[in-house]
Amino acid sequence: MAEKAKSPRATRPLSPHLQIYRWPVTMAASIAHRVTGLGLTAGTLLVTWWLVAAASGTDSYDFFSAAARSPAGQLVLFGFVWSLAFHLLNGVRHLAWDLGAGFELRTANRTGIAAVVLSFVLAVAVFAVAYVEKGLRA
Amino acid sequence: MTVQTPLARAEGLGAAHSGTHHFWRQRVSAIALIPLTIWFCITAIALIGADRNHAVVVLARPVNAIAMALFVISAVHHMALGVQVVIEDYVHQEGAKIALLVTNRFFAWLVGAACLFALAKIAL
Repeated sequence: MAEKAKSPRATRPLSPHLQIYRWPVTMAASIAHRVTGLGLTAGTLLVTWWLVAAASGTDSYDFFSAAARSPAGQLVLFGFVWSLAFHLLNGVRHLAWDLGAGFELRTANRTGIAAVVLSFVLAVAVFAVAYVEKGLRA
Repeated sequence: MTVQTPLARAEGLGAAHSGTHHFWRQRVSAIALIPLTIWFCITAIALIGADRNHAVVVLARPVNAIAMALFVISAVHHMALGVQVVIEDYVHQEGAKIALLVTNRFFAWLVGAACLFALAKIAL
């Protein structure tokens, strides 16, 4: 056993070594695409709530508005808006790949980073408009 | 090396029990959702802080009602296809898989029906 442990094979680092494994941005984007997709599935309930409340009457709509303006509501809405932005941007990457474009490693990495950064920019921009232009107060 | 004839290989539905139908519908709904999602966001942002009466007036305009209906239909379609793939990837026990696939379809239809009914009530 001792001899076996000292052999080069046994002392080599084991792959994939999950604790120190650095996620490539393409992998992170791919996983995030699924996670945001599932998040948006839950998010369709927000859209349903909004439309059904509008159809139901003033009381229902005021209740929805109050919930959306609450701190917890704002947090959920930020998650929804960011997920929508990321899934849309990353979805365009997928459509480009379907056409055979953008597969080069450099390109795939750059567009992956762009999707992550731009999705946050868009989400923050939406909330900036809501707070500054609309004078929204929680 | 395969012992199958080219005809035998081309026939049948493969391991997924379907052809490229799912893949294609996922892409078509994705393309439709690009402009529809942008429209949805602009409309929703414009209605931030609005009361119910104003929201109803805006959503009842034919162009908005039609766009919202298309957005809802495309979204629940795209959603059902996407979640289906996630279930098929991660749930391998046959009974649980079928139960989740059925639940997935029911959820999509429920969301779609509720949104479209609400929209009809608002617009008509």
